[in-house]
Amino acid sequence: MDHFEVFGLPRRLAVDTAELQRKFYELSRRYHPDFHQAAPPEEQVRALEASAGLNAAYRTLRDPIARIEYLVRLEEGRDTKEGATVKPKAPPELLEEMFEIQEALAEAKAGGLDEAGRAALVVQRDRLMARLGDEETRLVGPLSQGWDASQPAERQRVLAAMKEALAIRAYLRTVIDDLNDALGESQEGYVTYRRH
Amino acid sequence: MSRIVGIDLGTTNSLVAYVDEKTGLSRVIPDGEGRVLLPSVVSFTDEGVVVGDAAKRLLVRRPAATVYSVKRLMGRGYEDVKEELCYLPFKVAPCDGIVRIQVGDREVTPPEVSAIVLKSLKERAEAHFGEPVEKAVITVPAYFNDSQRQATKDAGRIAGLDVVRIVNEPTAASLAYGLHRLKAGVIAVYDLGGGTFDISILRVKDGVFEVLATNGNTHLGGDDFDRAILVWLLDDILSKHGVYLGRDSEAMQELRLAAEAAKVRLSTEERTTLTIPFEGFTYHREITRAELEGLIGKLVDSTLGPCRMALADTGLALSDIDEVVLVGGSTRVPLLRRRVQELFGKTPHSQLNPDEVVALGAAVQAHILAGGITSMLLLDVTPLSLGIETLGGIVSVLIPRNTTIPTSAREMFTTSVDGQTVVDLHVVQGERELAKDCRSLARFELRAIDPMPAGMPKIEVTLLIDANGILQVQAKELRTGKAASIEVKPTYGLTEAEVERMVEESFAYAEADVEARLLIETRNEADTVITHVERALRQGADLVGEEERGRIRTALEALRAARQTDDRDRIRELTTELNRATEHLADVMMDAALRGALASKRASEIMESTS
Ligand SMILES: Nc1ncnc2c1ncn2[C@@H]1O[C@H](COP(=O)(O)OP(=O)(O)OP(=O)(O)O)[C@@H](O)[C@H]1O
Ligand SMILES: [Mg+2]
Repeated sequence: MDHFEVFGLPRRLAVDTAELQRKFYELSRRYHPDFHQAAPPEEQVRALEASAGLNAAYRTLRDPIARIEYLVRLEEGRDTKEGATVKPKAPPELLEEMFEIQEALAEAKAGGLDEAGRAALVVQRDRLMARLGDEETRLVGPLSQGWDASQPAERQRVLAAMKEALAIRAYLRTVIDDLNDALGESQEGYVTYRRH
Repeated sequence: MSRIVGIDLGTTNSLVAYVDEKTGLSRVIPDGEGRVLLPSVVSFTDEGVVVGDAAKRLLVRRPAATVYSVKRLMGRGYEDVKEELCYLPFKVAPCDGIVRIQVGDREVTPPEVSAIVLKSLKERAEAHFGEPVEKAVITVPAYFNDSQRQATKDAGRIAGLDVVRIVNEPTAASLAYGLHRLKAGVIAVYDLGGGTFDISILRVKDGVFEVLATNGNTHLGGDDFDRAILVWLLDDILSKHGVYLGRDSEAMQELRLAAEAAKVRLSTEERTTLTIPFEGFTYHREITRAELEGLIGKLVDSTLGPCRMALADTGLALSDIDEVVLVGGSTRVPLLRRRVQELFGKTPHSQLNPDEVVALGAAVQAHILAGGITSMLLLDVTPLSLGIETLGGIVSVLIPRNTTIPTSAREMFTTSVDGQTVVDLHVVQGERELAKDCRSLARFELRAIDPMPAGMPKIEVTLLIDANGILQVQAKELRTGKAASIEVKPTYGLTEAEVERMVEESFAYAEADVEARLLIETRNEADTVITHVERALRQGADLVGEEERGRIRTALEALRAARQTDDRDRIRELTTELNRATEHLADVMMDAALRGALASKRASEIMESTS
């Protein structure tokens, strides 16, 4: 059963999250191991698996971006590992800027980051954050709607556009992480983007 | 289903509770003398094992054989705890794997010590119900990792309990509140006990308690406040009396207990005085609340970061939090209340007794599991990301922190050498990128892979975190469909064989039977009084007359003699008598100490005004 099927939903990206939560609670009451303590072992195992499957489905579907990543994976017939669906890709219009940032990062790593350099990195970071925001808005907005409205013949094209956007998003997040690291602003022990 | 009790296995205090079928209310179970809290202290004496209040009284006199705060050592290795060992009076020798405590000529592990506490609670419950109690829900700090949870489960087994569920303490507390007091909404539970700190943020709706995020520090609590005071007292004693007591474990215990008592008083009073008689001098000192706050301020503030991180993980804003609940004895500290209130901008709840609320909630969860409550459901999360070490020591996260449990992840593995039949897997927990910076949970060896060219076998590994937050691993070779056998080497845990041995051995640590125990307690009390009187006679002899000294000596000798017999009533009687005989001397000594303290203060004032 895929995550959409768990909730009895069609493979569409528009999801009513309040309804999803209601359904999650309802299904949890059915599957959660708490309510199968007295059952025979095989049934307990089944409940455990169903409950784990439900939790995974809810975690994925309640978040609009994770939902898109999952859909792409599903459409491509890969349903194993969660996480990276696509290879990160630099936004084409920012290639030159990226080059500069990488250089600045290398310098910072080598030890030298003066006040001006720092300020420049902060500006860059904030610009990339804004760009990331745009990419996410596009994914959750027009691209998601595009998928839901598409005819079977158009699906491959929409899927490719979503993959491209996800790849750019992944790239931006990695660079933002690196910038935060270089600026010493990432929280100790908390890698924010890269790993989640 | 048979009866299931709820147990709060605390760093400082443990207790057991149940839900009363008739009223539907959660109740804590007192011991024969009406005491609800069982101090989590275990003393290994020649007569047998002593636990609870009786063991607590042995802290000062038998420091090397009396184990306390063992929860801080659960599921940990020597390297993790070596910094604090200098504060612990019992011996922990360097070794690989889990911590092992040396008492006398035997070695005990933290789960075995916890098992003794659990067993005592089990017996307490059995006495209450008049029937055997075999099943329990046991609570752990939400931020406990897999090893610490497993160690707790092992402790239960060693105690002869079927641990049907490990529940997180803050979540348990929310269940206790939820029974009657909570409106629907988002609540933050802030739990600071003796040894651990947790923050959990939950959404409560339609009887479902959904944990959204949790964070914390399994090594921060009232013990650390006490330690901060203790270090300060050591300094003060050194400068005032020229004596460094840091290596005298009896004195250290005395100071630690005095520090804790002063801390507790300062929660309700603005200032308090400490008077502790030592060999050769009596230490006297006043502490104000402001001074205490200066000592513990940093520790209190260090709980705020985790609160913010948990909130960030929920994706909610501070203003989305509807209620804040305080749990744990340390949340009685006024400074802490102020800080929490400032952070959340809300007056926190603390209507339920913060010492009891976790056990009450554990009982609710036990009742849910027994089928007694069907309207409530707790959905908890795993506190730490779980991953596998990959090439170059990088962690590949398979289950991110704050994922609702139970949860599972699948991953494919293969071989890298022709004919390879074993694949190693290193599972870690934590938020860092490198495996060496995370918590190593276990190494798994997947065996019985048929020899094939490199890269051919397809081994599917399933990591499952169950509703206890404990990891289970399964592996299957997909080409042959054979289940790969797995050998688990827990990094910081007991092996299955060790647990089994301990279950069998646990009767070797059997508590001295009731009569013997009472006798031990009575003797202990007598010993404490004897020690005090001997010291008082040495220090304050010239403060009272010859006749009075004589009377005290007679009473002292009488008790000494009685102590050698098994006559419990007589020992108790003579203890009371000796106490009475010394009352006056004690008063006089206290006055002298106070005068001394005033005199030295005056002297220092004079110094100041002349300099
Ligand atoms: N009035 C008080 N003021 C300050 N601290 C207090 C007060 N009462 C109790 N404490 C402290 O609370 C701690 C014990 O709290 P509690 O019983 O909740 O801990 P625990 O459940 O045993 O520990 P944990 O939950 O960390 O395992 C001790 O450190 C004790 O000194
Ligand atoms: Mg507690």
